Amino acid sequence: MGRTKTNELGLLAADYNGRPSTLCPGCGHNSISNQIQQAAFEHSLDQHFVVKMSGIGCSSKTPAYFMGRSHAFNTIHGRMPSVTTGVMLANHQLKAIGVSGDGDTGNIGFSQFKHLVRRNVPMVYIIENNGVYGLTKGQFSATADYGQKTKYAGKNELPAIDLCAEALLADCSFVARSFSGDAKQIRSLLRAAFSHRGTAVIDIISPCVTFNDAADSTKSYFWGKEHREILNEVGFVRGQEDIAVDYEEGKSQDVQLHDGGWVRLKKLDESHDPTDRTSAFRVLEQARKEQVIITGLIYIDQERSTLVENARITDTPLVNLPEDQLRPSKATLDQALSELFG
Amino acid sequence: MTVVDLQQAPATQLHSGQRIVNDFSFVVATTNGTGSQTSNNTLLRALFKMGVPATGKNLFPSNIYGLPTWFYIRVNKDNYRAHRSQAEVLVTYNFDTFAEDIAALPPGGVCIYPMDAPSGKKKWNVVTPSRDDIYYYRIPVDELTATMNPDQALKEYIANMVYVGAVAYLFNIDMGEIERALSYHFSGKAKPISMNFGLVKLAYDWAKDNLQKIDPYWCEAMPDATFTKDKIMIEGNAAAALGAVFGGVQFVAWYPITPSSSVAENLQSYLADYRHDEEGRATYAIVQAEDELAAIGMIVGAGWAGARSMTATSGPGISLMAEFTGLAYFAEVPAVIWDIQRMGPSTGLPTRTSQGDIIFTHFLGHGDTRQVVLLPANMEECFRFGWEAFDFAERLQTPVFVLSDLDLGMNQHVCAKFEYPERPMDRGKVLTAEDLQKLGGQWARYKDVDGDGITYRTLPGTDHPNAAYFTRGTGHNENAGYSEKVEDWHNNLKRLAHKMNTARELLPQPVVQQNKGAKIAIVSYGSNDYAIQEAIDYLKARHDISVDYLRILALPLSPKVGEFINGYDRVYVVENNEEGQMAQLMRMDFPQKAPDLVSVARCNGMPLDAEWIMSQVLERK
Repeated sequence: MGRTKTNELGLLAADYNGRPSTLCPGCGHNSISNQIQQAAFEHSLDQHFVVKMSGIGCSSKTPAYFMGRSHAFNTIHGRMPSVTTGVMLANHQLKAIGVSGDGDTGNIGFSQFKHLVRRNVPMVYIIENNGVYGLTKGQFSATADYGQKTKYAGKNELPAIDLCAEALLADCSFVARSFSGDAKQIRSLLRAAFSHRGTAVIDIISPCVTFNDAADSTKSYFWGKEHREILNEVGFVRGQEDIAVDYEEGKSQDVQLHDGGWVRLKKLDESHDPTDRTSAFRVLEQARKEQVIITGLIYIDQERSTLVENARITDTPLVNLPEDQLRPSKATLDQALSELFG
Repeated sequence: MTVVDLQQAPATQLHSGQRIVNDFSFVVATTNGTGSQTSNNTLLRALFKMGVPATGKNLFPSNIYGLPTWFYIRVNKDNYRAHRSQAEVLVTYNFDTFAEDIAALPPGGVCIYPMDAPSGKKKWNVVTPSRDDIYYYRIPVDELTATMNPDQALKEYIANMVYVGAVAYLFNIDMGEIERALSYHFSGKAKPISMNFGLVKLAYDWAKDNLQKIDPYWCEAMPDATFTKDKIMIEGNAAAALGAVFGGVQFVAWYPITPSSSVAENLQSYLADYRHDEEGRATYAIVQAEDELAAIGMIVGAGWAGARSMTATSGPGISLMAEFTGLAYFAEVPAVIWDIQRMGPSTGLPTRTSQGDIIFTHFLGHGDTRQVVLLPANMEECFRFGWEAFDFAERLQTPVFVLSDLDLGMNQHVCAKFEYPERPMDRGKVLTAEDLQKLGGQWARYKDVDGDGITYRTLPGTDHPNAAYFTRGTGHNENAGYSEKVEDWHNNLKRLAHKMNTARELLPQPVVQQNKGAKIAIVSYGSNDYAIQEAIDYLKARHDISVDYLRILALPLSPKVGEFINGYDRVYVVENNEEGQMAQLMRMDFPQKAPDLVSVARCNGMPLDAEWIMSQVLERK
């Protein structure tokens, strides 16, 4: 793809750039930022209507490094979900891309994460998962492996929380996992997530090159490369695009998304149907037992209604309603007062 | 009907002195969960419709069923509406508190109690009251209730109507108004109205046939209705919700907590009634959050996106909201937070009133944070701040706390009909895509263009390539970029302080009451107003002391407060908390006058009363 190629909005890929990253060289998060802006470019996302949301941590700094023409809110630790909930009800025309980390989501923000997913707030929720706190220099997070050792934090005596399993348990309508080294898969999953109407959780194992890149960590580059099991190869098709490349007949599964796009999955594991929740739990449990990173689209439910739909609000976003629709008339006040005792 | 022993134990003499008309208090002692609130509000409403100023105060436990609860009704022909700690007339169904309730009556007080048990569990028939200096009336609660043949489940509830009937007869309360009040309560539904009013009537007739009026207390209709004409009755939490609906609230997130839940519940119901488009779509959204952290997070998100957003909570919720309101102060995001204050510290007493959150909310957030606070004193101001708080929040781009309290929020108060907002909404300094076009895309989120400390913002979804900015709680420069430079930090905090100074003049200014020649003054705020007005009258009438009065409506303090206090030898700062929190804030802002500020502070779960305030002023000369 040449650097002069423009998308449906007439924008160049470079128009989706953000500021230079200040994360450690080689950090998995940087490659995720690159894929976000690349996927947004390919998907022709209108940056003026995108909000980039985050909490606190290395991952939560990254919205500064992509899509500089979008509003961003770098909130507080673990609280991105509640802020995004308010944003999306206030203006449902926006598209929210949230970036969080394993500590931000699995520790301090666990409750908000579960409740956001339960409400099916329309947003793409990316977790850059490395099992440690980077900004405070290497403490374990709740997704760290049981028995894992690091130089700074010693040995982890607690079992890991699987954020995909937690999302699934909270009735998440889109659950995927990937690895920061797999640019193509991340991009396809992101594009599918952009077309999804509810909460799309993508848990991306993103090794911390400074504090958690030991060979025995499932969140290391080494482990990721050696122990990755791809559930399905993901392709995304929208409109006139045709990327129905090397998918063999009978071994692929198409899932239509609400905006007319399709996710096309080349099934590597014949037993898994991503629309089957029980099957999704099974592959996650199997992966846990075998200590492999299962990647791909684990679960999708296009039917579940979203928080915005359930709120039955006006088609015009609430923030765009004029005063006469927000402040009832004097006659209405008189009516309300007449119904009081007096 | 069985013949009832009319012997009133112990025997009391018929009162022979002057009648006491429209100037006394009732206290009704029951247990919570038995439905006595309907009866109490019925009496209150009937008095109101007779033109008699009457104020209700519910003193209830933090419990669902079976613990003592008291309802005070103060009747006062001069329209004094503050709570009085002394009641002259006791109506009791609560056997467990009988002794203490009797002991609390003044000599010549009245006690009305059952001769049988409403629930059949208590041995009212063998009770012999200890005092012989009060008037007694006994009523056959069970027997009269049984006559109506109510469902077992309703028996305890409807039994409360017996005292309504007896009180109506003994104290001359209009039965037509009682029927109308019940009709209002039951929204005109014939069956419950006839069942309840039927029992009221039965008890009234029984009392008429069997009781001899021996005490001096009377209610008399006031046909001029000077104090009740064109007035309404409402509780503060409903007034706040109604105000917010007319303030164009677009987003509400909340978490249940006493005594604030009814703000959100009233919002839910008013919004459902009044805020839909032609197709029935809501022009608002409301979310019951998983906790107060999420509730405030949601409204900060919606406020950032450009919606008028609010939550309602109480002390423990405010503690949880410290994190987000610190962010909203620093990132400059509008939000409205109603704090219906209850007693703290910690869980405290959830069903008792106080003004204990003044300092905490004013400085809520770590670092150098200062929050805007509004202080409503009555129903009219609850309604007004209901809409006006959004104007201030969006104009100042900062959280606005409205500090009501349990006494205002959860009691029925008489008030004037609310005025429709007299000006269009103030949506503050928001740049649209067209504005940005005119500016050639040149703007900076945190640059003080107008010199008032308030900067311009854009909303997400503004269709212009230069609209976006990066909102953060970290240190930032004028362009909202991350900065660790000391001068950026200082400039930003200095500007925020300047913005707060703008707020001092922009926010509602104090209400001042001055008489010629007064050498002392009272400064106060919020629901203490009723008691202070009364105390000032007493000080003049009984002691010939003139007292001026300033009531604070907002924090940070207006310079007018400083100008006012400079004119007096001594200023009493009256408030309902233990530490004299407003007095402390005034000493900070007006240190030159600190020696002359006398803190008059008390926190016992009850609203302040006039006698106590007067005694403090007299004692602390």
